[in-house]
Amino acid sequence: MNPSVGALRERFGRRIGRAVVSCGDSVVYVDPAAIREVLRWLKETAGQQYNYLVDVTAVEYRDPERPLEVVYELFSLERRVPLRVKVELPKDGALELDSVVPVWRGADWLEREVYDMFGVTFRGHPDLRRILMWETYAEGYPLRKDFPLRGRFSRSEQVRQALNIHPEAHYSMEELSIADAYQDLPADVRERLSRGERGEVPEQPPESR
Amino acid sequence: MSGKRTLEFELATTGVDTRGRPVRVPLGVAGAATAEDDEVDVSGHHMLLNLGPQHPATHGVLRLVVELDGEVVVRAIPHVGYLHSGFEKLGEYRHYNQIIPLTDRTDYLSPMSNNVGLALAVEKLMGIEITDRCRVLRVIACEMSRIISHLVWMGTMAIDIGAFTPFLWTFYERERIYNFQEAWTGARLTTSLTRVGGMMADVPDGFVEGLREWCRNFPKTLDEVDRVLSRNGIWCARTQGVGALTAEEAVNYSLSGPMLRASGVPYDVRKDRPYLGYETYDFDVPVGEHGDVYDRYLVRFEELRQSTRILEHALGRLPDGPINVDDPRVILPPKSAAMSDMEAMIFHFKQVMEGVKAPVGEAYFPIENGKGELGYYLVSDGTAKPVRWRIRPPSFINLAALPKMAEGNLLSDLIAINASVDIVMGEVDR
Repeated sequence: MNPSVGALRERFGRRIGRAVVSCGDSVVYVDPAAIREVLRWLKETAGQQYNYLVDVTAVEYRDPERPLEVVYELFSLERRVPLRVKVELPKDGALELDSVVPVWRGADWLEREVYDMFGVTFRGHPDLRRILMWETYAEGYPLRKDFPLRGRFSRSEQVRQALNIHPEAHYSMEELSIADAYQDLPADVRERLSRGERGEVPEQPPESR
Repeated sequence: MSGKRTLEFELATTGVDTRGRPVRVPLGVAGAATAEDDEVDVSGHHMLLNLGPQHPATHGVLRLVVELDGEVVVRAIPHVGYLHSGFEKLGEYRHYNQIIPLTDRTDYLSPMSNNVGLALAVEKLMGIEITDRCRVLRVIACEMSRIISHLVWMGTMAIDIGAFTPFLWTFYERERIYNFQEAWTGARLTTSLTRVGGMMADVPDGFVEGLREWCRNFPKTLDEVDRVLSRNGIWCARTQGVGALTAEEAVNYSLSGPMLRASGVPYDVRKDRPYLGYETYDFDVPVGEHGDVYDRYLVRFEELRQSTRILEHALGRLPDGPINVDDPRVILPPKSAAMSDMEAMIFHFKQVMEGVKAPVGEAYFPIENGKGELGYYLVSDGTAKPVRWRIRPPSFINLAALPKMAEGNLLSDLIAINASVDIVMGEVDR
C-alpha cells in the first residue's frame, strides 16, 4: 500500500474512504465533495508531489447497483510513485464533480471526454462541451452501460439526422460569436447565446424509429 | 434550321485608335474613383479561418478553427472526433485477445508497440510472467515501432515546412522496417503481433541478421537527414523559438514523450517505470532545453539513434527458448495437438469460445510509445471481457496543448507547431 494513503487519512480524516491494492496498484477512494482539495494537496504537499496527472477517466460497472467511478491516475515525477484516486458517484444522484482544471490544465480535454462519454458534469470547467462526439449529438453517453453498442437511434434515423444537420452546427457557439455571425444565426441559437449557454446537449427527440 | 447566327455588340474601346495603334489605358484610372468608397478599415477586425478536417497539413482529420488578427493566431480551437470509432466501447464486448486487433488501429503508425502495451496490461491484470525470449522480442517490436513512428513524423514535418527530400529518405527506411514487420507478422499495418502470455509468432529465419544489417546502415540515412536539416537556415528559422513550452507548462498540460522531454523534463517511462527489462539496456534519454519545435526535432532525432542502439543490443542478447508461457489456460495449444489430443482440444475450445478469464481487479500499464506515454487501463469483473478498457492516448493529450502553443504565433507557425506535436488521429479520436 502506498504510504500516501496513510498521509491522506491523517490530513483529511473521514473524507478518505477505503483503499485497496489491485495488481500492485494502490487505489484510494475519496469523498466527491473533497476531490479538488485532495488532489491539490497531493500535488503541492512536500513529500507527496504527485505533480503529473496521467489520466482522468471513468468506469461504470456491469452491476447496475454499483456507483459510477471517476478515476484520477497520478504520478510523481520526482519520487516516481503512482497513485490512483477514485471518486464514487451514485447513479441515482446528480453526476457532478468539481473540475480539477484549476489544478492541472491537462485535465481540460480529459474531463471533456468523461463528460462526453459518461455524462459526468465537472463544475468550474472552463469549456465543458462534447469533444469526440459532435455538439448536437442527442443519443446520450456512449460509454454508459445502458447505451447499446450500435447506438440508441436506428440506422435510418442516424442517417436522417446526419443529412439534416445544419452546416453551422459544426461550429461551436463560441466560434460563431467570434465570427460576428450573430445576426445570421437561427433564432433558437441566438437565444441560447444570449442566455450565455453553450455546448448544451439538446433534449432527446421523441422516439422516432 | 437557320444557318450561322451572329451576335453583334459594341466594345467600349475598339482597342486601336484611328491609326491602328493599340490604345493604352493609364493604370489605376479605372478603379481610382471607387477605391475610396470600397476600402474597409480592417484593423481590429478578426477573421475566422477553418483549417481541415481535409487538409494535408493537419495530419489526418484534425480540424482547427483559428481566429486571426491579420496573420497572427489569436485563438486556435481544435475539433477532434472525426475518426471516432468507439474502440473503448467495442473492447467491452471482446475477449482480451480480440482487443489486440483494435490496438493496431488506434496509433496505426506504430502498431506493434500498441500490441505489446495491451498484452502487458492484460498480463499485469492476470499476473502472468512472460518468457525471456518473448521479453526481448517485444523490446525489438517496440523499438522498431518507435523508429517508424519517428520516421513518419520527421518526413511529414519536413514536408510541412517545405523540405521534400528528407521525406523520401525517411520513408525509404520506414519501408525497410515495414518489410521486416511483414516478414514477422504477415501484415504491414495491422500487425496484431502479441497474444496474452506471448507472441503470435516467432521471428522468421534471417530476420535477426537482416535487422542487424539494417541497424548498421540506418545511421547513414540519419546523418544525411542531419546534414540537410539540423543546421539548415530555413529549418532553424522556422522551428527555433516557435511554440515553446516551459517545463512547468509541459508538466501542467500532462504532456508526455518527446514533447515533454523537449521542454527539459527527463521523464521516460522506459527509465522511470521500467518494463520488459528496459533498465538492463544501455541507452540515453535525450532531453531538450528550450521546449520549442526545434528541440522536439532534436529529441526525436536522437531517439532514433538510441532506438537503433537498443535494437542492436536486443538482437545481440536474444535468448533461445519458447515465446509463449507454458499455460494452456491462456495460450492456444499447437494446431496438431488440438486435432489429436483430447485435453488440448478442450483447452482450445474453451479459449476460443469462452476466452481467457481475468481475476477481479484493475490494472494500469504505461509504456513509452513513439508519441508519448501510452497507457492501458483495464478493469475486470472476473469475466473474459473487460468492464472498461481505457486507452491513455498520448497524442490526444499532447494535442490539447496546441492552442496554448499556437496563440500569438503566425498562421504558418501553427502548421509547424501542429506538425511538431506528432499526432495520429486514429489515436486522438479512438
